[in-house]
Amino acid sequence: MDNTVIRIEDAVVSYREDVALQGVSLEVEKGEFIGIIGPNGAGKTTLLTVINGLGKLVHGQAWVLGSRLNGGSSIPLRKRIGYVAQVERIDPRLPINVSETVTVGCYGRLGLFHRPTRAQRETVDKVLEMVGIAHLRERPIGHLSGGEYQRAAIARALVQQPEIFLLDEPTASIDQKAQREILNLIQLIHKQSHMTTLFVTHDLRTLPSICQRLILMRDGKIWRQGSPESMLREEVLSQLYGAPISVPSEIASLYS
Amino acid sequence: MSILQYHFMQNAILAGLLGGIACSVVGVFVVTMHLSFIGVCIAHAAFAGALLGLWLGFNPLIGALLFSLAAAAIIGPVADRGELNPDTSIGIIFSLMLGLAFLFMGLMHGARTEALNLFWGSILTVTRQDIVFLAATTGLIVGLVVAFYKEIQAVICHRQVALAVGIPATVIFYGLLFSTGVTITASLQSIGGLLIYCLILNPAAAAYQLTYSLKKMLFIAVAFGIVSCWAGLAVSYWLDIPSGAAIVITSAIIFGLATAFSPKRKVKGWQRVPLAG
Repeated sequence: MDNTVIRIEDAVVSYREDVALQGVSLEVEKGEFIGIIGPNGAGKTTLLTVINGLGKLVHGQAWVLGSRLNGGSSIPLRKRIGYVAQVERIDPRLPINVSETVTVGCYGRLGLFHRPTRAQRETVDKVLEMVGIAHLRERPIGHLSGGEYQRAAIARALVQQPEIFLLDEPTASIDQKAQREILNLIQLIHKQSHMTTLFVTHDLRTLPSICQRLILMRDGKIWRQGSPESMLREEVLSQLYGAPISVPSEIASLYS
Repeated sequence: MSILQYHFMQNAILAGLLGGIACSVVGVFVVTMHLSFIGVCIAHAAFAGALLGLWLGFNPLIGALLFSLAAAAIIGPVADRGELNPDTSIGIIFSLMLGLAFLFMGLMHGARTEALNLFWGSILTVTRQDIVFLAATTGLIVGLVVAFYKEIQAVICHRQVALAVGIPATVIFYGLLFSTGVTITASLQSIGGLLIYCLILNPAAAAYQLTYSLKKMLFIAVAFGIVSCWAGLAVSYWLDIPSGAAIVITSAIIFGLATAFSPKRKVKGWQRVPLAG
């Protein structure tokens, strides 16, 4: 039985004159946890947007969760994919609280003209408990710290009951303690759900230890991919980033 | 209350009620999305379209509707794509609309009373037909908010998130911009092209200062919008000053008071990354 949930063949994406992805091919199997690393501008985020249907291919083909992405509406697909971006700048006066923000996660699947059911509201409460911010449920979303905000973002994605989990620099711009807590939470979720997960980061120190495969991107291409043990080597990383890079000790110890 | 005995004043009070509701509701959209300047631009486009109608001899409301919808259709992608700084490109469209408005006015022959009425508004001379159009618009706007509340809340507070979870966020976003255009068109006759935007912005901005709940914000903004219209009408009647100006000044005073007593006054400014954990 074919376990492939993502298949991308020779994908090219461009934003006006800038080519963001150049001939990327990738297969991801159900339940895999994949880390994607590379310098800024390597095409990591663009790759995620191709997977959730927001990035338009100018060449190549892609199938995600059995649907071929052919330039039509990707709304049905996005309902099945959880997406967490890095902490964004947010107006502290925004009139929406944490619980309402997390509930937005189920709006896509609910569809127009339907209100969240009691069961869905209970799911929101359970997920808020799970990510450790149940006590903040009534707090305005703009009053959260960076770490709390990311927990809310992860909770919102989980309420969506996704089949694929895309994490785009979820630990960027938050302090180290919060980074560690968020990474532990992401790993816990994967261990419990075995959800197919793609984790993008440019910071090697924030690479989850449960990565089964690492994809190294540079200049809009997949430069190399393989097991973390084979990729997290000084000579490989130095070539990837174009500068001498040493493997952070906390990461080296995980994969040694 | 002799003021209520006059038929024109009854119409004006009804127009104030309906205009206050519709303008305040769309005001909540643009204030929460931080798109105030886009609203100003749509308002001036409606004004220019109405003047074109007057000049060429067709119904000015049709001109206003077409121009405001066209402005929304142009401004939305400009704001989204970021090819130019949105402030710059919207500013150019805004000044173009104002330039067209003055051009059409300059090309008109004879007295320009009707054109000047569109400038300043004339809530005291609104007709039953204007009120029917305003009532239909207000009903439409309120109906859309009730029907699509959860999608609207998601889009105006977290547009990128709404897009990512599979809400038709782009359709909702343009729907909100077009609703703004329709509301401005319907209120143009009573409030006036130059003043309409204050009635959209001020009550919603005042409500934004007072609550963290979108539902409460909608109700407070509507209350402020209606109070602005009715208090402005009363002041204009007793002091014999232009009604549109009195309505706008009243709404600005309400905004000032709301800001002075806002529980959000001590909230720090926009968070800038990096954030504390």
